[in-house]
Order: sequence, then structure tokens, then C-alpha cells
Amino acid sequence: MENILSIKNLDITFRTNAGNIHAIRGVDIYLPTGKTVALVGESGSGKSVTMKAVVGLLDSNAIINSGNIFYKAIDLLTLPKKELRQKINGQQIAMVFQDPMTSLNPTMQIGDQITEAMFLHKKISKADAQQKALELLNLVGIIDAEKRMKNYPHQLSGGMRQRVVIAIALSCEPKILICDEPTTALDVTVQARILDLIKDIQAQMGLSVIYITHDLGVVAKVADFVNVMYAGKIIETGTVEEIFYDPRHPYTWGLLSAMPDLETDDDRLYSIPGSPPNLLHEPKGDAFAARNKFAMKIDMEAEPPMFKISETHYAATWLLHPDAPKVELPPELKSRLQRARKAAENQL
Amino acid sequence: MNEELGIRNEPLLQVSNLRQHFKISRSFTVKAVNNVSFEIYPGETYGLVGESGSGKTTIGRSIIRLYDPTDGKIIFNYSDISGDLDNKTRRMLRKNMQMIFQDPMSSLNPRKKIGDIIGEGLDIFKLYSNLKERNQIIGDILKKVGLSPAHAERYPQQFSGGQRQRVGIARALVMNPKLIIADECISALDVSIQAQVVNLMKDIQDETKCAYLFIAHDLSMVKYISDRIGVLHKGYLVETGSTKDIFSNPVHPYTQSLLSAVPQPNPAVEKNRRLIPYDASKVDYEKCSWHQVSGMHFVLN
Ligand SMILES: Nc1ncnc2c1ncn2[C@@H]1O[C@H](COP(=O)(O)OP(=O)(O)OP(=O)(O)O)[C@@H](O)[C@H]1O
Ligand SMILES: Nc1ncnc2c1ncn2[C@@H]1O[C@H](COP(=O)(O)OP(=O)(O)OP(=O)(O)O)[C@@H](O)[C@H]1O
Ligand SMILES: [Mg+2]
Ligand SMILES: [Mg+2]
Repeated sequence: MENILSIKNLDITFRTNAGNIHAIRGVDIYLPTGKTVALVGESGSGKSVTMKAVVGLLDSNAIINSGNIFYKAIDLLTLPKKELRQKINGQQIAMVFQDPMTSLNPTMQIGDQITEAMFLHKKISKADAQQKALELLNLVGIIDAEKRMKNYPHQLSGGMRQRVVIAIALSCEPKILICDEPTTALDVTVQARILDLIKDIQAQMGLSVIYITHDLGVVAKVADFVNVMYAGKIIETGTVEEIFYDPRHPYTWGLLSAMPDLETDDDRLYSIPGSPPNLLHEPKGDAFAARNKFAMKIDMEAEPPMFKISETHYAATWLLHPDAPKVELPPELKSRLQRARKAAENQL
Repeated sequence: MNEELGIRNEPLLQVSNLRQHFKISRSFTVKAVNNVSFEIYPGETYGLVGESGSGKTTIGRSIIRLYDPTDGKIIFNYSDISGDLDNKTRRMLRKNMQMIFQDPMSSLNPRKKIGDIIGEGLDIFKLYSNLKERNQIIGDILKKVGLSPAHAERYPQQFSGGQRQRVGIARALVMNPKLIIADECISALDVSIQAQVVNLMKDIQDETKCAYLFIAHDLSMVKYISDRIGVLHKGYLVETGSTKDIFSNPVHPYTQSLLSAVPQPNPAVEKNRRLIPYDASKVDYEKCSWHQVSGMHFVLN
């Protein structure tokens, strides 16, 4: 499988008044051509920062300590900013940001915002651009698209704004689409529609997609591969089946246990105890150790390497060391995984 | 619990025939909210669900009076808050009703420190006796939402999406209001922190008996947190009932369609999912009327 994008050993620090925050601590992510890779994980673990590094939009207090980001054979980190903007961003790699208001201009009608993006990257007539903008708005499910073109962002609902941003990203027919929580504000039916739309485009044009989301239901639907991130590192990676039916990292276990399914009616939801480490003071050993009830002595001392489980499945936990004791999955999770596998078998 | 409450208590919030229209141009008016009626009892969580653009945020913003309602009546805490507000009512509203906004970035002033954003309401109502107490209150609420007191010194853009969202939550909770309108307040959080925030919201409710208008698109979470649910479609409330009514006996075809789309964390199931389609192009909700299904379960048809 060829990778259209490879992030290798990316390492980023933010300078702040309080000190340096080591936000990204050696991240590897591979995006095979035409596939969808999901990035999930703790809030603040560095998902958005990693992707901002790809599109060259890191905040000015960020320092890239090391790493490569290969788009095909080009290392994006070595390109001058201007070149990155002109040749790659928007045209080859488009990103949909987490907060739609930050990427929309509040004083400009949305129709103009979509066509502006097209003029920037392509030779296209005004009439054609407008026609295309209209089509895109229809595609993302905006009703009365013609009238809506004249709306300003504040006149749209949160989900409509998000869809406008998606339309802008798709307008230049990029090779890679990076979506940061693109459907958080969308109800399930519109969400399903957008996800199907992205899949259709993917099938037609071989688009490759990186999808950041907290919604594990969405991951299950769209992803071919999943990367789980914690405290600036990828701690588990695998195919979507490997992660959902056979997770190996205790943090991934926690994530899967915390999501209520429609069966959940306990009085309290499970949440992973404790809070993530403060990366102002980098923890010694495994960053998850303090919250991991399976932690061993070594977890406090050394960071675990990625242990290989299969050609595609890796996890960074000492529990996978050949000398580690066998641990039982938490009973709640065990029965949930059993339920999930059974439901999956019934689909066949 | 709400059904008993409903018999014994007066509603905290009563919305009757609310309409909220926006005139965009001479020929185009968006009828965002139409003839919507519901009530929320003290200590209750009312979930509001519906497709994007159906009017959920607008209802929240009309209730907290960021808009002047086009028509209808809103009674909150025994006061009519639907018309022009006098100073006393405005103050009562500001103290007792808080909103957590859907767009965390645009609702936080980028030039203010987090501590001052959270402390603004405390400052207006002088809810502390000295600076030390103020900082203590702010530090405590930051801890409660899973941030740290040291974060008070940072600015909004130095936070991740989910961290900002929690700042918005802390700003609302710190005022101990009677009603909190939570607009998609957990969607940007990872599931473990969602669980933590939802547990926290429940704890605070047990402690202070505040009520929530909980707007969300994640139906499994809405199901988990709400006592009663209202389903909105195109600005009309089409079904309302207890959480159990809505999930085990959805009557309106739109509700059925919505429930069929809830994503499950299971790849094999997701990849074969079939949605129940719903086509509303032929129905005119304006001509429909309410029918009781049972107890507090009503449907528009
Ligand atoms: N400009 C900045 N200055 C200092 N710290 C920053 C800056 N931008 C981000 N950070 C920090 O870097 C870390 C990673 O942030 P990032 O936005 O990537 O998180 P995330 O994984 O996308 O989280 P979420 O799911 O909440 O959006 C966070 O701890 C955040 O506070
Ligand atoms: N200030 C405004 N001016 C004009 N139209 C508006 C305004 N606010 C909302 N609208 C319109 O009202 C309708 C309802 O919007 P609202 O934001 O209430 O939807 P919502 O249910 O919250 O959707 P979402 O789930 O996407 O956030 C939309 O058609 C929107 O374009
Ligand atoms: Mg983010
Ligand atoms: Mg909204």
C-alpha cells in the first residue's frame, strides 16, 4: 500500500509564559492513498496541532523540534510557507477546522467565500464558480442553496456553517481532506449524509481522508485505520476492526468503555479516572501510568515502545511485553466487546 | 421522577407558542421557530433534538433573550420574560439563567484571561467577599470541569477545542443558575471527558436542583441524561415525551428516522446500516395538531 501522506517522528513544543509545553512527542501517522484514517483521543492530546503542522498553520509560538511530513515525495516541513500555500494547501490538501467560525469570514456572504477559494486555486469563470458553489451546497444538504448563498455566517445554524466549510474544502478537489471534528454539530441524519458524501467522492476520485473525531460511532462508520492519541503520542494503531474488537492499550479500553451505547442505563457513566499529564512538566515513564490501574513498576520508569500485534496493529503499553503478567479486561468492557463481536457476526 | 415532579411543582420555564422569525431580505424570511410550546420543571433535564437548522439554538437564544421573540410567551421563575425587560427582570434572568454556547471560540473573548471570563458573572453580582475567595471559586470550578486552576492565567487561543468548551461550561456553572441552556456543550469533548462532564452536570443538579435544557445531536447521550425529550423538525416540535416514551415507542416518523441513524461503535454494524428515510415535503406542520399518546407523551399529526 502506498502512503500519500506520512508523518514521521513529529515533535513540537509551544513556548508560553508559564514555560515550554511539549505538545507533540514523536508522532507517526500514515495515510494510505484512497483510505480513511481516523485520529481519536483525549481532548488536548495534540490531534489538531498535528494536523495544523501538516497544513503549515501552527500558531507562532510553536517550534518544530524534529520530524518529517511527506506528501508523496515532498517533505512539507522543508517547503517555504509561500510555496506550501500556493501549491499544496487548498489544492492538494484541504482542511476543515474544528471551529467553523474561525475559518469563515463574518463579513462576507457565504457564496462569495466558496467561490473565492476556487478563484485562488483555479482558472474558472465567475459563472462556473457560482454554479459549482451552488452544486456543492446542495451536495452537503443545504436547502434553498440559492438563497443561502447570500447569507452571512451568523445567519446560519452551527451545522450549516460546518457544511459550508466542508463545501469550501471540497471546492478545489483536493487529494487529501483533513477533517477536524467536521460533524460535531450535525445531527445524526445530516451527519450520515455528509459521511456518505465524503465516501462517494472518495470512491470517485480516490480522495484520501484523515478524520479527527470523538465520536466512536463515526469512526466505526468511516475509518479503515484508527490511531489513538494520548499526551502527544500515538499509543495504539490498527485497522478499525482491530481497534474496536481487539483493543490492547488500557487507554483505548477506557475510551471504548466511556461511550454509552443505547443499552447503557447505569447511573453513572464510566470515565477514565484522573486527568492527563501536564506537558509543562513531562512525566517520567509512560504518560498514562498514573491513570492506569494495570500499571507496573516499569511504567513509572520507562516509556513503552510500540509492540507489534499484527502487520497493522501496534500498541505502546508494557502489558504487551512478553514478561508482563496476563491481565483480565474490565468485565464491563469484556461483555461489551463480546456483544460487539456477536453483532458483527450477525451481519455476515 | 419528573412525572411526579410535574404534578407537584410549577414549571420553572414555560414556553408557549413561541415563534422566532428572521427577515433576511424583503422576499426571504427564515421561520426558524414556529408555535413551539414546552415546559421545564425545577431539577429536570429536558433534551432537545432535531436536525441541523431545525431551530434548537434559536430556541435557546430566544429563551435567554438574545433575541426578541416574534410571537409567544415565555414565563421563567414566575416572571414573564417574553416582552420588554425591565432592569430587575433582566438582572434576575442574568443571574438565574446561563447558556453554554455551541461555538466555544466565538463566545470567548480572545483578549481576556480564562479566569476573568469565568469570573465575569461573579464580578457583576459581587458573589465573593475578597479576591482570594474569587480565585478560589474560579480554581474550584476549573478543577470540576477537568482543567487546572493554573489555566486561569491562559488565553482562549492557547486551548484545544475541548478545553475551550469546558471553559464555557465552567463559566455557566460557576453562577449556580436555576436553568442552564447547554447547546451542544459536550460534542467537542472526547468520550471520557464527555462522561466526566455529564456526571458533573448530574452531580451539580443533585446538589443545586438546577434544570437543564440539553441540546445535543448525540442521541445516546441525550437518552442517558434527559428526563424528557422534545424532537424538533423544521422549527416545529413534532414529538415530546419521557425519555422512555421517545426511545421505546417513537410515534412520529421523523423521530423514527432520527433514531435509526444513531451511529454505533461497531464497524461491521455501521458498514451495513440502513436508515429509515423520512420525507417531509408533503406535510404542512402548521395544519397539524397535538395528540396525546399517553401520560406526558404527545405527537404532532
Ligand atoms: N498556541 C498554543 N500555545 C500553547 N499551547 C497550545 C497552543 N495550541 C495548543 N496548545 C496545547 O497543545 C495541546 C494539544 O492541543 P490540540 O488542539 O492539538 O488538542 P486536541 O487533541 O485537538 O484536543 P481537542 O480534542 O480538545 O480539540 C493542548 O494541551 C493545548 O493546550
Ligand atoms: N441571527 C439569525 N439571522 C438569520 N437567520 C438565522 C439566525 N439565527 C438562526 N437563523 C436561521 O434559523 C434556522 C435555525 O437555526 P438554529 O441555529 O436554531 O438551528 P439548530 O437547530 O441549532 O441547528 P444546528 O444543529 O445546525 O446548530 C436556520 O435556518 C438559520 O439559518
Ligand atoms: Mg482539536
Ligand atoms: Mg445549533
